[in-house]
Amino acid sequence: MAMLDFNINRQVLMSAVPPDWPGGFWWHWLFFTVVIIAFVLTMVMAAIYIERRGMGRMQSRLGPNRTGPFGLLQPVADAIKVLLKENIVPTKADKLVHWLAPVVAFAPALMLFAVIPFQDGALLADLNIGILYIVAISSVSTVGIFMAGWSSSNKYSLLGAMRNVAAIVSYEIPLVLAIVGVVLIAGSLSLNQIVIAQDIPFILLQPLGFFLFFAAGCAEINRSPFDLMEADSEIVAGFHTEYSGMKFAMFYLVEYAEAIAISAIITTLFLGGWRGPLLPPWLWFVIKIVAVFFAMVWMRTTLPRIRIDQLMAFAWKFLLPLAVINLVITAIQVLAWPDTLPWALIIVNFAIMAALVLLWSKFFFKLGWGRIEV
Amino acid sequence: MKFERYGIGIAKGLTVTIRHLFRHPTVSQYPEQRLNTSRRIRGNELIWDQAKCTGCGTCAKACPQGAIEIVTSTNLGENKYTVDTYQIDTGYCIQCGLCVEACPYEALYLGYAYECAKYRRGELVQTKEMMLESPERQVSGYFYPKRAARLPKQTLLLERITEKK
Repeated sequence: MAMLDFNINRQVLMSAVPPDWPGGFWWHWLFFTVVIIAFVLTMVMAAIYIERRGMGRMQSRLGPNRTGPFGLLQPVADAIKVLLKENIVPTKADKLVHWLAPVVAFAPALMLFAVIPFQDGALLADLNIGILYIVAISSVSTVGIFMAGWSSSNKYSLLGAMRNVAAIVSYEIPLVLAIVGVVLIAGSLSLNQIVIAQDIPFILLQPLGFFLFFAAGCAEINRSPFDLMEADSEIVAGFHTEYSGMKFAMFYLVEYAEAIAISAIITTLFLGGWRGPLLPPWLWFVIKIVAVFFAMVWMRTTLPRIRIDQLMAFAWKFLLPLAVINLVITAIQVLAWPDTLPWALIIVNFAIMAALVLLWSKFFFKLGWGRIEV
Repeated sequence: MKFERYGIGIAKGLTVTIRHLFRHPTVSQYPEQRLNTSRRIRGNELIWDQAKCTGCGTCAKACPQGAIEIVTSTNLGENKYTVDTYQIDTGYCIQCGLCVEACPYEALYLGYAYECAKYRRGELVQTKEMMLESPERQVSGYFYPKRAARLPKQTLLLERITEKK
């Protein structure tokens, strides 16, 4: 009986409009909009705190510890500071585009969360093309960033924006190909269905896919070591050189909101989303997001920034061929075992990943190719 | 076969950073925590011994910045010079310590203090009375090992760990 109830509940929750809510769709919409905005803002603050403290400790520093206990209020202090600052617009800037750019960049970062399930069926819209929606929307913030770079009438801004567009165009391909592998196994584009399909987390069945998605995702949201569009040592601050005050805060928010979004997507696609024992599902979801974000911070602290030609070469010569091979291998596996993939494939897939990465870096692509190494 | 190219280098780097995460950070929280400086620190001020000074002006000649101004008059009764003006513009002083080394009568020392920031340039000029030794204005052990022995030992950052795990 309980089993039946559960199934019925799931059926009810899966439909985008919960019929038993008063007001139906609009209450659902209002509730989840508020939840998403609150969730993103809170997680951004947490992310800034984790990044600054964690990075500090990794560099043998303490990180911010003056504001509040353990520096917990540092993001608040930063926000207040940045809101009170003067808003400077360059004389030759295209005022309207300059003003619109942060909004255009920020909206997609929030919109991404519309299809990400916080727990079973708890999401704004259970689109049956959820992951396609994510791929489409996540590219829109590039438009905002390019608007910022172009309207500032500053060479560094434009260079940063150009680099960002180049990086997004290149990294979108391996990113999507890595997603396709997951979709093949799950048999659905809906993110909630993908999570439900993960009896074995897909990171085990798709280790190469996870690796490719993580690398491409980091590049997509311009996190170090792929943060070429903000390379301080080369182009000042990249696309947001000419931004200050509130508008700069928006870009800062976008940076972290996107990092949280990509962590959430990785969690949903590869780490089993909200699934986990004992703790409530939404807590598992948050824990996994923080873990993925921590891995990003770890990478940022450790790895030096790569050059622009290395960035392009890494995407086209390394990630793209491996993503295609990964897709073919996954397709064969899904063809051979149409219902559920056997556990033994975990070992096989890890072996395939190690072999491919070794082979590729030995014979086809090295990061410092053509340069004299000492 | 060098494995550095196949991600082992990255893995090594990642272990280094994660090990630092669980280690004590080697910093001090400055205004609350002060480390003992080197006993031979060349601090931001000069300390002058009025009794030992003969007004020979060797320090002023040794100063590469010309920051020391000394005016003397003859005291015929005691058959020596009286120092009328002795002032140093520490704004020009580069803390090289040449004046201290040059003084033949051990009348000039470098200070132990390092927090001598002022709001105006004029306040940086030290005159005779301000330059005498006092409990607030300790003498550094620079060039005088006997004075150095009296000062507390320098704390090294490695010994002093903040925010225990």
